[in-house]
Amino acid sequence: MRQPDPDRSPKVSDEVRKTTCYMCACRCGIDVHLKNGEVAYIEGNRDHPVNHGVLCAKGASGIMQHLSPARLRAPLKRTGPRGSGEFEEISWDEALELAVSWMKPIRESAPEKLAFFTGRDQSQSFTSYWAQAFGTPNYAAHGGFCSVNMAAAGIYTMGGAFWEFGQPDWERTKLFLLFGVAEDHDSNPLKMGLGRLKERGVKTIGVNPIRTGYNAVADEWVGITPGTDGLFILALVHCLLEAGKIDLDYLARWTNAPALVDEDPKSDRYGLLLRDDEDRLLVIDRRTGRPAPYDGAGVKPDLRGKVRRAGITHRSVFQLIAGRYLSKDFAPEAVEGRTGVPAARIRRIAAELAHVAFDQAIEIDQPWTDFRGERHEKMIGRPVSVHAMRGISAHSNGFQTCRALHFLQILLGSVETPGGFRFKPPYPKSAEAHPKPCADPHPGQPLDGPHLGFVHGPEDLLYREDGTPARIDKAFTWENPMSAHGLMHMVISNAHAGDPYRIDTLFLYMANMAWNSSMGTGRAMEMLSDTDEDGEYVIPRIIYSDAYSSEMVAYADLVLPDTTYLERHDCISLLDRPISEPDAAADAIRWPVVEPDRDVRGFQSVLVDLAARLGLPGFVEEDGTPRYADYADYMIRHERRPGVGPLAGWRVGETGMTHGRGAPNEAQLDSYIANGGFWMGHVPAEGAFYKPWNMAYQDWAVETGLTDAPRPYLFDLFCEPLRRFQLAAEGRTEPQPPDHLRERIKLTLDPLPIWYPPMEDGHADPVEYPLHALTQRPPAMYHSWGGQNAWLRQIHGSNPLYLPSHLWQAHGFSEGDWARVSSAHGEIVVPVAEMAALNDNTVWTWNAIGKRKGAWALDDKAPEATKGFLLNHLIHELLPEKGDGLRWSNSDPVTGQAAWFDLRVRIERVDRDPGESYPVTEPQASPVGRGPKTVAQKVGE
Amino acid sequence: MKPAASLLAFTTLSGLGLGLLVFLSLGLPPVSGWGAFAFFAISFLLAGGGLSISALHLGRPERALKAFREWRTSWLSREAWASVTALGLTGLYALPLLFDGPRLWPIGILAAAACIATVMCTGSIYAALRAVPRWHHWSTPAMFVAYAVTGGALLAGQVTMAMALLAATGIAQFLAWRTGDARVARRFGTRNTATGLHGHVRLFERPHTGENYVTEEMVFVVARKHATKLRSIALVLAFALPLVLLALPFSHLLGVAAVLSHAAGVVVARWLFFAEAEHVVGLYYGR
Amino acid sequence: MTDLPETTERKLGLVIDLDICVGCHACVTACKGWNTENYGAPLADDDAYGEEPVGAFLNRVHSFEVTPESGPAQLVHFPRSCLHCDDAPCVTVCPTGASWKRAEDGIVLVNEDECIGCGLCAWACPYGAREMDPSAQVMKKCTLCVDRIDNENLDPIDREPACVRTCPTGARHFGDLGDPESAVSQLVEERGGMDLMPEQGTKPVNKYLPPRPKDEEIDVLAPLLAPVADEPRGFLGWLDKALERMG
Ligand SMILES: Nc1nc2c(c(=O)[nH]1)N[C@H]1C(S)=C(S)[C@@H](COP(=O)(O)OP(=O)(O)OC[C@H]3O[C@@H](n4cnc5c(=O)[nH]c(N)nc54)[C@H](O)[C@@H]3O)O[C@H]1N2
Ligand SMILES: Nc1nc2c(c(=O)[nH]1)N[C@H]1C(S)=C(S)[C@@H](COP(=O)(O)OP(=O)(O)OC[C@H]3O[C@@H](n4cnc5c(=O)[nH]c(N)nc54)[C@H](O)[C@@H]3O)O[C@H]1N2
Ligand code: SF4
Ligand code: SF4
Ligand code: SF4
Ligand code: SF4
Ligand code: SF4
Ligand SMILES: [Mo]
Repeated sequence: MRQPDPDRSPKVSDEVRKTTCYMCACRCGIDVHLKNGEVAYIEGNRDHPVNHGVLCAKGASGIMQHLSPARLRAPLKRTGPRGSGEFEEISWDEALELAVSWMKPIRESAPEKLAFFTGRDQSQSFTSYWAQAFGTPNYAAHGGFCSVNMAAAGIYTMGGAFWEFGQPDWERTKLFLLFGVAEDHDSNPLKMGLGRLKERGVKTIGVNPIRTGYNAVADEWVGITPGTDGLFILALVHCLLEAGKIDLDYLARWTNAPALVDEDPKSDRYGLLLRDDEDRLLVIDRRTGRPAPYDGAGVKPDLRGKVRRAGITHRSVFQLIAGRYLSKDFAPEAVEGRTGVPAARIRRIAAELAHVAFDQAIEIDQPWTDFRGERHEKMIGRPVSVHAMRGISAHSNGFQTCRALHFLQILLGSVETPGGFRFKPPYPKSAEAHPKPCADPHPGQPLDGPHLGFVHGPEDLLYREDGTPARIDKAFTWENPMSAHGLMHMVISNAHAGDPYRIDTLFLYMANMAWNSSMGTGRAMEMLSDTDEDGEYVIPRIIYSDAYSSEMVAYADLVLPDTTYLERHDCISLLDRPISEPDAAADAIRWPVVEPDRDVRGFQSVLVDLAARLGLPGFVEEDGTPRYADYADYMIRHERRPGVGPLAGWRVGETGMTHGRGAPNEAQLDSYIANGGFWMGHVPAEGAFYKPWNMAYQDWAVETGLTDAPRPYLFDLFCEPLRRFQLAAEGRTEPQPPDHLRERIKLTLDPLPIWYPPMEDGHADPVEYPLHALTQRPPAMYHSWGGQNAWLRQIHGSNPLYLPSHLWQAHGFSEGDWARVSSAHGEIVVPVAEMAALNDNTVWTWNAIGKRKGAWALDDKAPEATKGFLLNHLIHELLPEKGDGLRWSNSDPVTGQAAWFDLRVRIERVDRDPGESYPVTEPQASPVGRGPKTVAQKVGE
Repeated sequence: MKPAASLLAFTTLSGLGLGLLVFLSLGLPPVSGWGAFAFFAISFLLAGGGLSISALHLGRPERALKAFREWRTSWLSREAWASVTALGLTGLYALPLLFDGPRLWPIGILAAAACIATVMCTGSIYAALRAVPRWHHWSTPAMFVAYAVTGGALLAGQVTMAMALLAATGIAQFLAWRTGDARVARRFGTRNTATGLHGHVRLFERPHTGENYVTEEMVFVVARKHATKLRSIALVLAFALPLVLLALPFSHLLGVAAVLSHAAGVVVARWLFFAEAEHVVGLYYGR
Repeated sequence: MTDLPETTERKLGLVIDLDICVGCHACVTACKGWNTENYGAPLADDDAYGEEPVGAFLNRVHSFEVTPESGPAQLVHFPRSCLHCDDAPCVTVCPTGASWKRAEDGIVLVNEDECIGCGLCAWACPYGAREMDPSAQVMKKCTLCVDRIDNENLDPIDREPACVRTCPTGARHFGDLGDPESAVSQLVEERGGMDLMPEQGTKPVNKYLPPRPKDEEIDVLAPLLAPVADEPRGFLGWLDKALERMG
């Protein structure tokens, strides 16, 4: 019988346009297939350094985001009350003039009255430049509520963090530990890396209270009690020290373990490190037994160093470390109760770490030269690698926990060595190589320097003359001195309270602050729409840029509609968060692979336009005419430093085309497009490892424009800036913290990693709220963006709260039941489900599935709005009052990182199916109508 | 399986109609003229109506004729042929009777056989599905035929035969349920065989949070306690009550009541036939 | 065409590694994307933005919780699509011949122009691998990307199913399972690849690789650490010696 013969070789598309995905912040390369000029199909770009052709569930659903019915269509001006979602569409001219009419007077009188905060955009070097030119000190991106603990601990400890700034040496590592990660930003590379490890039979240990996703495939699962990773890690440190399984040579050469600590309690430099008159760190040189600058030619630093200077004893950091961590307080037996990890198991894992790091060490025959001028014949690797993210960072003890983890890696000698953890250019970069934060506004003038940066002591904090915090989010104050990313989660409540001062215009970009990114969603909505006695809004004006009809849109007075990611230029720049790999610097662009069919504009181009209308320096020529036509023009022609612009590829050199440093090139974007949307510059083989100390790398970094001079540095096992804050708190140095913060600073800003219980545990009674409540990123959903996606919302249309089996049984739950979940701050009623592969004291749900009725062009009866829920209703940016008359912030006391995962709750079964999750938020009107009934998208015949 | 209204209507009506045709074709009762017209009209309405309702179950009813193609392997295709043959033959047989013409016995016998074959094909469609262990058995077509002839006997007013058939089919149905339960317990497979995983396996998350075609069609779950209750109701309505009604002194009213009760019982039994039939795919969806 | 071929020249299919599937659903939407734009009618979604969205998907990822005899519970992510069975019941029940299994490579397909949407094939499939399109009302199933694997408009390296190409962990493999020398057959051999629901007698071509043992307490290679000292002072003594040895 004849068989049917379907077409085996249909034409795939008329044209492929290569750009960068933005269904999340991972920045994979995509091939966008067009038929008749319309997007027909999206697949991964095989040549791209980030994803090598693969895509995640979101990436492959890009077409549904691009065609989402929730796309905004034109600028919107509010007509109904805030939160109602009632708007009229206006023209761009009208919108921009309105914005300028609000902003111009602010700039001329009090620039700080404009607060500009951005979400997960990828143009922070540009948006911060804009805010700096405007002159407001009130700028930050969302990092403060996201993962600043990870970033800051990494940079203060070793000049770079996990996150997007470094990764395990997937090809060589022989043991991999994953702490507190569900998806992470680098989600495709992580998945690809895990796949590679499996292929090579490499063991993975997942440390996570919840065993899903990456942790489900891990060979071993450590179902740790939330908030106790610091103890677990320091117990591993204890075991390794006790057995002498640490890389002494590495510690002596590359870290400040041999640095000398002032041991005299009477000294005013008590606890600080010994330096010479030129402020160079001193170590004992083993060749001479005498102090010498750490970076002197041929110096061999001594780990046992001890010296008396001017009558004061100094002893090496390493001795302090041995003293502290060999203590029984950190013995596995002492921590097993709190962490829920049996002592024997901690000891075995320590033994595995030691075994792999030292008995299975790697050697690469690659000579290299260090910053002391010493030549090394080989590169020795300790093939233990680690990755961690918000599970350890989103706790109020997260900064110290993240530091403890780096501490462990460094003791093993597995950072920047083969098989260990590797930085991606422009990292490594020590904390000192970063700028310090600036916050002095001058009317009509730009700010003196960048808003965000790294402080090194109390003198770097940002206060106004009257002693009140300089920034609206109170970043870089005694409450959270090292808040390197600002505190976006405090902006709305501080602005509402007028504390430290009132602002006029809140300008937000790409952050759904009226919903899933606020701690306390209900209160956020109230504060955004609250009025004073005159009936005026307490936060007088809100301008917001979104691409879609989100919950936040409803609270804006003026909405500036952005394009989708396929319709605009974007720049993924070495100046902020590039797409580099350990072996290469790399940056990328997005470009309009299709033109928008609505009256929308790329937000960065709108900022360029606003800047020109406001006459911001850097954005206008001497004669006041606009310097840049749009963002694409800025990407090409802007120079941050001479020869260094947003994009490093295809610049104009003295003799022709060059990369890294060079003059602007009018055709630069064409070159990017022709090359698949990205540029890569390879690190020379000699510079592949030991980057912070490797002169081949340092020289290459200068050549490539990553830095202007070689800047080798030591890893800071001992973090001296922390000690400087402690010194002040001890009353030894000026300026000093307010009294109520003294004890806390002394305790938490310890220069060596420590563990203390999460702050909420000290405030909310763990007996009354015995359970930890967590959220996880669902792999197929990006925060609230995914809800409008016809394909993805079928995968995650609602979210139950998962309960461990013993609770499930104890409370007599059965399938389809609902529970009341209460915290010290609120109550929700939600559907529940059972899970056995879960820590006994933990409940959890997928993050950001719940939606407000009317948002995202969804039906009011959409499961997202009826069954879906947010845990955010139970969270507060302040902890409950606890007898001292104070409301402490629910943030890490070092960095201000929002402590999302400190949440404690109690659950009860509810008898009747309530039909809808509680609380129920009033619907918002949809300025874009509702989505169509049926989707059957096909471009070709 | 989802007890779709179209399938309930189709199997119930066509079963009754074809059952009645079996008797009419065998001359029971030996109708002719207006009587024949009435009886055949009823039976054609039931059988033909049922069969055309079955087309409503199709996603693309306008292509229904394609269903005749694969008679070599597909019971659905065979059912299509059988039903056309049955209706054709009964039509041929009925036509002369309407005009008080001759009773063509050979055609009548063939027609009756074709009607039974049609019902058998219908039953075999279900019986052929190994993925539905409750159905995957010779008793499935047998019960379809039993129901059809029982209903047919009732409709045809064959009181004694109907009483015997009611009793027999009722008992058979009871046994079929019992053996079906045992078969499901024995043959259903487990989440271990479905996934190849060892240990205690439990569905943690469905692939999608909502329903899909497969869950809507095939993962219909009826609570056990409802099933037991409904089985009793089906037995009473379909068999016990009609038996009692027939046992009472005959009256047309009681006869009609018996037919209606039986029909209602058949609907309940058919509902259970689908609703209780679990598809093994349920193992992937938390059964 | 509802007769099954006696044998097929090749047995093309997928091998899915349950040991590394992280349940990311990438294969689910990559499949949806390719097959919406290609083979047959687009894979539609009904009530797409409403209360009960129901779309056609050819590949879905379940997750199961497995509690072993001893040790903590585990989670196994479990992608499920058509297994291109050798003894495919879905084919023989089809009344129209719309369903067929290709003699040359064993791929089971639906000729949508011939399908009447009776749904019987979906009932016959034990694995739930067939879904009626909510809009076109014809039967949809995994095509093994017939329009990719030999597609001359694609680079040879891209001539593999969309789900395989996109899987970030490399949990999905495509090849000829009829050839014992093929990479996929070797993988099945090495890892003890298994059939789903063997009792159904469908003889699936696709194979699943079982998860490797997890949470094994004893690592023979790493003897427990012997302390060099049990208090800081002793430790410094050890340190002296260790540093001396280093020179
Ligand atoms: N698909 C997808 N990818 C995303 C996002 C998304 O929304 N969707 N969001 C992006 C963003 S903004 C971010 S910040 C990153 C975040 O990426 P992740 O860090 O992976 O973020 P979470 O999903 O919050 O995961 C936190 C994990 O930590 C665990 N955890 C919680 N408390 C503890 C603890 O005390 N100890 C340990 N060991 N583990 C703990 C939780 O169980 C969870 O698995 O993901 C990015 N990537
Ligand atoms: N309970 C709980 N809450 C959390 C977390 C948690 O773990 N648990 N995690 C926190 C973390 S780490 C983060 S980062 C936040 C994330 O929270 P948000 O930053 O609020 O994240 P999204 O929901 O992605 O919202 C971003 C907004 O950007 C809009 N958008 C999308 N694409 C574009 C575009 O191209 N242009 C413009 N202009 N707008 C666009 C979206 O429509 C949406 O309104 O959530 C925080 N909230
Ligand atoms: S991880 Fe997924 S969504 Fe994020 S950029 Fe890559 S493909 Fe796009
Ligand atoms: S893409 Fe790969 S890892 Fe992700 S769900 Fe599918 S098979 Fe599993
Ligand atoms: S898996 Fe189902 S649809 Fe695929 S061939 Fe086997 S029986 Fe047919
Ligand atoms: S739905 Fe289509 S393919 Fe399936 S059995 Fe019916 S006609 Fe055949
Ligand atoms: S082989 Fe093709 S059709 Fe089949 S599941 Fe994979 S992507 Fe979908
Ligand atoms: Mo984040």
